[in-house]
Amino acid sequence: MTVQDRVVGTPSPRVDGRAKVTGIAAYAYDRPVDDPVYAHPLQATIARGRVAAIDDVAAAGVKGVLAVVTHRDAARLADTEDAELSVLQSDEVAFRGQFIGVVLAETPEIARHAAGLVRVEYDEEPHDTELRADRTDLYAPEQVNGGFATDTDEGDVDAAMAAAAVTVDEIYTTPMEHNNPMEPHSTVAIWNPGGGFPEAPRLTLFDSTQSVHSVRSTLARVFGLRPEQVRVVSPYVGGGFGSKGMAHAHNVLAVLAARAVAGRPVKLALTRHQMFSLAGHRTPTIQRVRLGADEAGRMTAVAHEAVEHTSKIKEFAEQTAVGTRMMYAAPNRRTSHRVAALDVPVPSWMRAPGEAPGFFGLEVAMDELAAACGLDPIELRARNDPRSDPESGRPWSGRHLVRCLREGAARFGWEDRPVVPGTRRRGRELVGMGVASSTYPYYRFPGSRAVVAYGGRGRYTVRIGAADIGTGAWTVLTQIAADALGCPLGAVSVEIGDSGLPSATVAGGSSGTTSWGSTIVAACRSFRRVYGDDPPPGAEAGDDMPENPDAERYSMHSFGAQFAEVRVDADTGEIRVPRMLGVFSVGRVINPRTARSQFIGGMTMGLSMALLERSVLDHRTGHVINHDFAEYLIATNADVMDVDAVWLDEEDVHAGPLGARGIGEIGIVGAAAAIANAVHNATGIRVRDLPITPDLLLR
Amino acid sequence: MIPFEYLRAGDPAEAVAAVAERPGAVFLGGGTNLVDHMKLGVAEPDMLVDVSRLPLDRVEETATGLRVGAAVRNSDLAAHPLVRERCPMLARALLSGASGQLRNAATTAGNLLQRTRCPYFQDVTTPCNKREPGSGCSAIGGYTRYHAILGASEQCVAVHPSDMAVAMVALDAVVIVLGPGGERALPLADLYRLPGDTPQRDTVLEHGELVTAVELPDLPFARRSAYRKVRDRTSYSFALVSVAAALDLDGGTVRDVRLALGGVAHKPWRAVLAEEELRGKPATEDAFRRAADAELAAARPLPGNEFKVPMARNTIVATLRDLTEEGR
Repeated sequence: MTVQDRVVGTPSPRVDGRAKVTGIAAYAYDRPVDDPVYAHPLQATIARGRVAAIDDVAAAGVKGVLAVVTHRDAARLADTEDAELSVLQSDEVAFRGQFIGVVLAETPEIARHAAGLVRVEYDEEPHDTELRADRTDLYAPEQVNGGFATDTDEGDVDAAMAAAAVTVDEIYTTPMEHNNPMEPHSTVAIWNPGGGFPEAPRLTLFDSTQSVHSVRSTLARVFGLRPEQVRVVSPYVGGGFGSKGMAHAHNVLAVLAARAVAGRPVKLALTRHQMFSLAGHRTPTIQRVRLGADEAGRMTAVAHEAVEHTSKIKEFAEQTAVGTRMMYAAPNRRTSHRVAALDVPVPSWMRAPGEAPGFFGLEVAMDELAAACGLDPIELRARNDPRSDPESGRPWSGRHLVRCLREGAARFGWEDRPVVPGTRRRGRELVGMGVASSTYPYYRFPGSRAVVAYGGRGRYTVRIGAADIGTGAWTVLTQIAADALGCPLGAVSVEIGDSGLPSATVAGGSSGTTSWGSTIVAACRSFRRVYGDDPPPGAEAGDDMPENPDAERYSMHSFGAQFAEVRVDADTGEIRVPRMLGVFSVGRVINPRTARSQFIGGMTMGLSMALLERSVLDHRTGHVINHDFAEYLIATNADVMDVDAVWLDEEDVHAGPLGARGIGEIGIVGAAAAIANAVHNATGIRVRDLPITPDLLLR
Repeated sequence: MIPFEYLRAGDPAEAVAAVAERPGAVFLGGGTNLVDHMKLGVAEPDMLVDVSRLPLDRVEETATGLRVGAAVRNSDLAAHPLVRERCPMLARALLSGASGQLRNAATTAGNLLQRTRCPYFQDVTTPCNKREPGSGCSAIGGYTRYHAILGASEQCVAVHPSDMAVAMVALDAVVIVLGPGGERALPLADLYRLPGDTPQRDTVLEHGELVTAVELPDLPFARRSAYRKVRDRTSYSFALVSVAAALDLDGGTVRDVRLALGGVAHKPWRAVLAEEELRGKPATEDAFRRAADAELAAARPLPGNEFKVPMARNTIVATLRDLTEEGR
């Protein structure tokens, strides 16, 4: 049964919009607190070895400095199993930029100045940060991110490739990338030695996070507290893109700092430089993609083998090739992931981990296969659209990839695409079009609970510890609750972003709206079941996220088609993208306004990935050398011209009470491939390594 | 950032005296580069002498051309009607630099004297001869995408980041400098120096010398001029290669030409060899290419920026072609 639409499906303006544009919304670091202390971290300037000596006399002597905390005197942690979070517990340095201390002072300027006065000596050991496909120490992780199998092998890819009339066998690479949300990772930590639930929490954190409850449980474990002794508050978040999906080392550092000045709040905001070594990143990938097909373009083999890095201290294996397992109907399929553990910072989630880099390789290879078969790339994809999930054998809950491609082709004017690459000129520019498929799985994570309370006079409050990281969660959850309660939008206040609220899962995996939304629907129904339509003031009822038996019966994925037009300057190789169009099939769209923003935001990030983003790891030092916004290039307004997104009008009846599958990540998937394919169509030059920069297109 | 004193100078002479007598003092203009460097520990002045509010903020017409006050903001200079009319390449160069907010704050002299954006120079955890003489050059053997192909040394391969200065060098701009001993004028092209063995010095200015104005001699044919900046990102990024060009045509023949390159050297690079090669030649693509090749014969790219040589050649040709009648 689905919810009766009233405000769901309408473009409600953001409920938090006014607070944000007027500057009233208090982000973590903005939180007014009494008598704050400011923290500035000390970071290792070697990539591997030990801290031999720390001379902090000069720093400690600066007026206004309260403490310099290092491994020598930091509080011992109760749980050090997660090495990323085992902050200041030993003299060991595992990557350049790692925290080796923190300076606490009365102002941020004093803290930063004093941090610069600390002299550190090291026993340096040789480090190794370079990912290559020919490394002899590549290993197969037990599983890859998301809990997926590391390798799959169905049929006989080698035999199928040998027998195929048409083949593609190429290497595609994507660089190390950093999430770079606008708001840096910030936290305000208050350690209350006398505190203890329920009077006052022992530890309070005003944080910028995608999940207050996971930060709470992680920090409770690390500091040996019960979760109830910790409160994490994060009402507004200036972007995360996965990098705020879990607690990172700065959270632990802030708490250690707060313990050193117990009672006073400690404010810590990472600088942009620091974010390049301490807040996660996307691994570089080296992908070999092999495709085989008969003369008619019917695929017989698909193999996608990914090589990537992780850090020595903590494994994060990006699921680069997983999306390929269910994408096309080839009987012989193989995927694998091999990982090098290097002396690098800890990689983590970055928007569409797996699919974002993986669909660059796969979808450029598909374009190459289409050319080799003499087929239109859309026709090739249509001929290989599987009727059921090739991997699981399950029926699709709704696979409308071909509809997206055809709809997009009509809207984009695909028939006008030059058939022969490099043949269309407009003045001094070469013009071309490209297409790529997009997909993202339907995730709904268990563990959320919502509570509905009636305050009288028609006013309801819905509480759930969800996170709005700029996505529109405040708004869509209000819409969902209003419809589920059968009352006007203005009658409902949603409370999110506080671990004191009922538990909620992470704003990640494009799962927020479906997980929290279905939980809210369940809570609203429970409320009405108990109290009917005329509840007494003070009435309160809650419920947990309902099971969805269909999740086991169907293969559930969103799909999309990405189109791009490019213009390449024939003299300089400069690339412009005058038009992008995404057509998506995502189940029901709860709010067209915020959904469109998610789609075009993802596509813009894909444009940025295609042409600009690259973290340059200097292997001599082991750190990212282009670590600021002037050097790590992200698309500016001037790069983004006409980016448009539309979606199929549909509902996935198997996707729970909302009929929605999630929209946060699919916009980036395939966007870079569409641009690369358009660049090929414009110039005849096939670029298989991101980013696509002007020098690669010079003649 | 180390603690520092701040003085707002009342007039240029006071500013010069204040800086000259104190080795750790520096001038503060718009602060768009200096303040970054203070945060990063790249610059550690113990005194800032603020010259941004001195009465040096006017663009004046003189008998020989334009005189631009040192404190004129980049956005104001770009928008000035006489600049737009007489030397469009300067307006375009200014507008291709930085971002709107930065151009509103940055001053003319500050733009000229901004320091390289070599990431190793800006990262105090890596050796850099420009920041710390004798410590070594990290860019050599490192990330060189934005580094020099002309005039570099084994001590330093950094490039000058300004766009404005490239157009001004092409225009034969003259810099007016006030020092403790009085005023002097020197061609902008001579203000800058190649790194050689002393890459810590970007310019020939002595400590305490203050740029007070830039004179732009009237160059009638600069009305037909252009600035072309090739970069990875469409806005707010430094040049891979840029070209400032003015062309004086006599029918189909090049009577005179001004050509300067950005993003290729430790200073804005006046392409003297190319200019010589072109004068008196037909304004054809072949001739433009030969001129570019003449200039770039001395190019010594680094591993990782070899592309800059063909990119510079193509950009010179394209910019000149656009200035011919056919290109219009």
